[in-house]
Amino acid sequence: MTTASTHSEPELVEFDDVVARFDPVLGIEVHVELSTNTKMFCGCPTEFGAEPNTQVCPVCLGMPGALPVVNRAAVESAMRIGLALNCEIAPWGRFARKNYFYPDMPKNFQTSQYDEPIAHDGFLDLTLDDGEVVRIGIERAHMEEDTGKSLHVGGADGRIHGADHSLLDYNRAGVPLIEIVTKMIPDTGARAPEVARAYVTALRDLIKSLGVSDVRMDQGSMRADVNLSLSPSGSGQLGTRTETKNVNSLRSVERAVRHEMSRQAGVLDAGGEIVQETRHFDEATGHTRAGRRKETSEDYRYFPEPDLVPIAPSAEWVEELRGTLPELPWERRKRIQTEWGISDEEIRDLVNAGALDLVEATVAAGASSQEARSWWVAYLAQQANTRSVELADLAITPEQVARVIALVADGELTNKLARQVVDGVLDGEGSPDEVVAARGLKVVSDEGELIAAVDAALAEQPDVVEKIRGGKVAAAGAIVGAVMKATRGQADAKRVKELVVERSSL
Amino acid sequence: MTAHSAERTDSGGVITRDEVAHLARLARLAVTEDELDTFAGQLDVIIGSVARVGEVAADDIPPTSHAVPLENVFRPDERRPGLDQAQALAGAPAAEDGRFRVPRILGEEQ
Ligand SMILES: [Zn+2]
Repeated sequence: MTTASTHSEPELVEFDDVVARFDPVLGIEVHVELSTNTKMFCGCPTEFGAEPNTQVCPVCLGMPGALPVVNRAAVESAMRIGLALNCEIAPWGRFARKNYFYPDMPKNFQTSQYDEPIAHDGFLDLTLDDGEVVRIGIERAHMEEDTGKSLHVGGADGRIHGADHSLLDYNRAGVPLIEIVTKMIPDTGARAPEVARAYVTALRDLIKSLGVSDVRMDQGSMRADVNLSLSPSGSGQLGTRTETKNVNSLRSVERAVRHEMSRQAGVLDAGGEIVQETRHFDEATGHTRAGRRKETSEDYRYFPEPDLVPIAPSAEWVEELRGTLPELPWERRKRIQTEWGISDEEIRDLVNAGALDLVEATVAAGASSQEARSWWVAYLAQQANTRSVELADLAITPEQVARVIALVADGELTNKLARQVVDGVLDGEGSPDEVVAARGLKVVSDEGELIAAVDAALAEQPDVVEKIRGGKVAAAGAIVGAVMKATRGQADAKRVKELVVERSSL
Repeated sequence: MTAHSAERTDSGGVITRDEVAHLARLARLAVTEDELDTFAGQLDVIIGSVARVGEVAADDIPPTSHAVPLENVFRPDERRPGLDQAQALAGAPAAEDGRFRVPRILGEEQ
């Protein structure tokens, strides 16, 4: 390979400068592994993490004479995804063989839909952080099968380059995949990285709501490839695009777009040409590096798969599936917003904080939506941040949060004590009630005990008592502080203050 | 081979040395200059022979991908016993750590 991009790294151009002079055009391909019980064309299980080559059979190992048969559930999942993305469902379509020279498919080809995708021409609306709605056109959603996993032995960092030999595990070969391809996304300007991330997020949430995949980017059950090209501002000319693969988190989607914009602008500024190629995203550096030159679709020598008969969904079947679509994310948000009486901005904040499911579950466990929201977006978000985990991964359940909220509502905990209870739960000390018992965190609600503590504090500070009697109610603060200290913060400060004023005037 | 190649042969064209070189590159095969000529000639004969099938098809006969007019043949999403690791690897020329071992892969990661 002798390309400008492979032997020297261009100077990166500042992002602001890139968007001042160039218009980015995005295209995003997302692969989703379906969570069916079995593979696309055979009855092998699809579980993640099994011993190598223990979920294989003659069909997915490409043995002579094996006959693939399409998994009905996978086809239905594909159609449901297509319908949720407002696509048309093709009334007739075939699978094709995509031929290539790489050992990750034992058959030496991948079975995929080529020019007859099951779903095409749809859209997905995204809401960006500031409320702007962007409609992303969906070109197609088609069915294919996943490939095996390769381990490259003998090279640096397990990379293929410099490896001595490779080892193949075909457990994943044949797992149903749906590839969802956007139409070109122009006119996003400086928001291109954000739009790319918002699209992948919205798609993930949508597919999750359909229950057809666990859409775990960290486990590879959802993977994004980002296509990007730049054209000089206002020129309307399309630039050459690159395809960045290995983008395995939402944050990486954003970073990959941002980096590729800066890199391509650098190449163009230096008088170079963008090479149509696959690039790999490096999580550690946030950079992309050149991979293989794109093979043209002709190089894959697609032809109709003779071993699989065409799929021709009837209108009845399509309508039946449409009827099974659950409440979709945007419909759910609308409903929750109405139920809780919150603004567009408030619901967006909950969604962006990853708190919507948690708050909803907390409300379902009996808490008021206001209290539940307040706990998750304030104290718990702060704790997640300090502990460097996602909100959903905090060691506290919505039910436990609801229990803490109930204890406060019943006057058994003050807000301050409640936070200590939550800390205890997060630290693995048990349920809220166990933490209350173990740490002795009950509010001192025994009026007699409180009066005794107030009287004792007043007796120690007669000068303050004089001030209070003289009308300086603010001076009561010193006594309240002393009582709170004496009760180790377990008294209701408001009630203590009332008692201080009452008792000092006796 | 694609219909595309067949058409070219129909119109009297031949498989060029460049096309053979391109195919060899895709397949990561080292082919000598002499072999390019040999293979171009041989492949041309093969393509030409297969293309004769097209001569039989009249204009009113659409291209056919399947011999049997069947549609919508599905299988329920139910597990069926497959092979265990030893069985899976039994026919492999080489295996290591429960995996198929293949020679060094020439080219980039997919
Ligand atoms: Zn199988």
